Amino acid sequence: MKFLEYKAKEIFARYRIPVPQGVVAASPADILDPPLPCMVKAQVLVGGRGKAGGIKAAESLDEARTVAGQILGMDIHGFRVKQVYLEERLDIGQELYLGVTIDRSAREPLLMASAMGGIDIEAVPHDRIYMEHIPTVVGIQPYLVRSLLKQLALPKEVGDQIASIVGHVYDLFRKEDAELVEINPLVVTKAGGVVAGDAKLVIDDNAEYRHPEYANLDQDRTPLEQEAHDKGITFIQLDGDIGVIANGAGLTMATLDILGLKGGRGGTFLDLGGTDDPGKVKQAFEILIEAAPSVILLNIFGGITKADTVALGVKQALEEMHTKIPVVARIKGVNEAQAKEMLRSIGMYPAETVEEAAELAVKVKSGGP
Amino acid sequence: MAVLLSKKSRVLVQGITGHQGQFHTRAMLDFGTKVVAGVTPGKGGTKVEGVPVFDGVREAVHRRRANASIIFVPAAYAKDAAIEAIEAGLKLVVIITERIPFHDCLEVMPLARSRGCVVIGPNCPGLASPGQAKMGIMPNQLFKEGDAGVISRSGTLTYEIVNAMTEAGFGQTTCIGIGGDPIIGTSMVDALAMFQKDRKTKRIVVVGEIGGTAEEEAADFIERRVTKPVVAYVAGRTAPPGKRMGHAGAIIQGNRGTAESKVKAFEAAGVPVAEYPVGIPRLLAAT
Repeated sequence: MKFLEYKAKEIFARYRIPVPQGVVAASPADILDPPLPCMVKAQVLVGGRGKAGGIKAAESLDEARTVAGQILGMDIHGFRVKQVYLEERLDIGQELYLGVTIDRSAREPLLMASAMGGIDIEAVPHDRIYMEHIPTVVGIQPYLVRSLLKQLALPKEVGDQIASIVGHVYDLFRKEDAELVEINPLVVTKAGGVVAGDAKLVIDDNAEYRHPEYANLDQDRTPLEQEAHDKGITFIQLDGDIGVIANGAGLTMATLDILGLKGGRGGTFLDLGGTDDPGKVKQAFEILIEAAPSVILLNIFGGITKADTVALGVKQALEEMHTKIPVVARIKGVNEAQAKEMLRSIGMYPAETVEEAAELAVKVKSGGP
Repeated sequence: MAVLLSKKSRVLVQGITGHQGQFHTRAMLDFGTKVVAGVTPGKGGTKVEGVPVFDGVREAVHRRRANASIIFVPAAYAKDAAIEAIEAGLKLVVIITERIPFHDCLEVMPLARSRGCVVIGPNCPGLASPGQAKMGIMPNQLFKEGDAGVISRSGTLTYEIVNAMTEAGFGQTTCIGIGGDPIIGTSMVDALAMFQKDRKTKRIVVVGEIGGTAEEEAADFIERRVTKPVVAYVAGRTAPPGKRMGHAGAIIQGNRGTAESKVKAFEAAGVPVAEYPVGIPRLLAAT
């Protein structure tokens, strides 16, 4: 789960991480009493909004409304701006970076900090980034904070504030099941206060059940992806025109790759998982048909999954939805012959191998075979 | 021989009374695995497929001398189950369960390491050593005894590749499904080290996918430490950045985790990479 800046800052505030004052608005008319002067910031789940013109200054209420009107509805890297956040303007003295993320290789959280904040951390030279692992269960120890502050070379009053923020950030990271907590920039104001200029928060989808309060957050899904998600189907829309459905994430990816090698382009990633329940297969096909591909490529490797019950689900979905979308299928597994016969009986195209199926899908798409 | 498990392994099934637990207990027994006990809290005293069920892991270990466990319990209870197994002294724990919160794994993995316990998974198809034993959910009929070690981040894609290997006459020592999550107990490098050490394993197949840097680390390790021939496949060459391709671990973030970087790293380490999954046997034929 990704969080918009204003939502992440609400959560930050709950963990006593200092954030500027701000109000969120979905239309200029919603803006009544913004902190002034302010920054009007587009709320989108994508980086680079500043460069794209999604952050602007305003001095008065009128100007705030005008600027908000310009930003709302903007398209930023494919994301439409539905909300703006009007935030107290900070008197910036220095911009730092602070983040906690998961280091897969070390299987531990990684604490990161830099005196070069305000730019993409990937662009900061490695020797200018402080990085230390945090033993998960014991958490942040004083030595970590000491070494971090030493590297950042900050005055004591600022260091004390950062020490407490680091503790709060890790507390949030653990209690909210975060994959990433990032403050960039972490602003040191000219008056010497430390406050989170921006807020990036990603929470592990697997932990959704522990955080029901975030269940209805707007994510960067297409309406159809959202519908699939609500039904528990792993589905992603891609920019090609061939609907790909397979069982297992790795196999679905490989099927898309094979299709690519054969000159086709996948329009969907749909992982059927381990199911051969005809009802579930049917549900998955309904989503796929709604995505309106020119042809569907089905690839099932079922060691345990029964091929004929998968085929039955396919047949039912196609018949009930009265679709004319052709289906090319490679189904391997228990009762494979019956499955092929069933598909052939409804005018579908069974294939022996994935490679053959992919070739066939490309041919069928362009009017053949 | 094989790595990690053998005919002598005494396997415990945690979550044995559930649908998956029952089904795969039968399949593991058919494979020749010594499944000696099951655990489901509250179901102690019953039997599943002739296997005695206990309320807790310690009891199962004490009464049936189990020394390895396979976990099928739901995600919300998997951390508890894994820690119970580790603390009961088991040295091999395979976690099949998918969708376990990452933070639970951040707690389990260092604990396992500190107790000298090898964890496989989570979100994995488990382990199979043909002619020896299976702790997993892979279809039995795919395997054949041989001299290739298989390491994979995925499930059905592994079945596809193992099937192609078996059909082409390349049997396996052990197939390790390391799992598709970001935090896993046994990394690709750990598994490579096991196969490098195993005398029966003469060649190694690595099945990777986009996301993270496991393949790059594996390539580096192969270059420095692996003398046996290694061949690879990498899934997700056409995957777009920023989208999780089903597996929690399979996502391209920024310019990290692309298939291109992984293929390049393997090739630089002298590891040929197959274009198609079924291309693996052809590469093996050249080893």
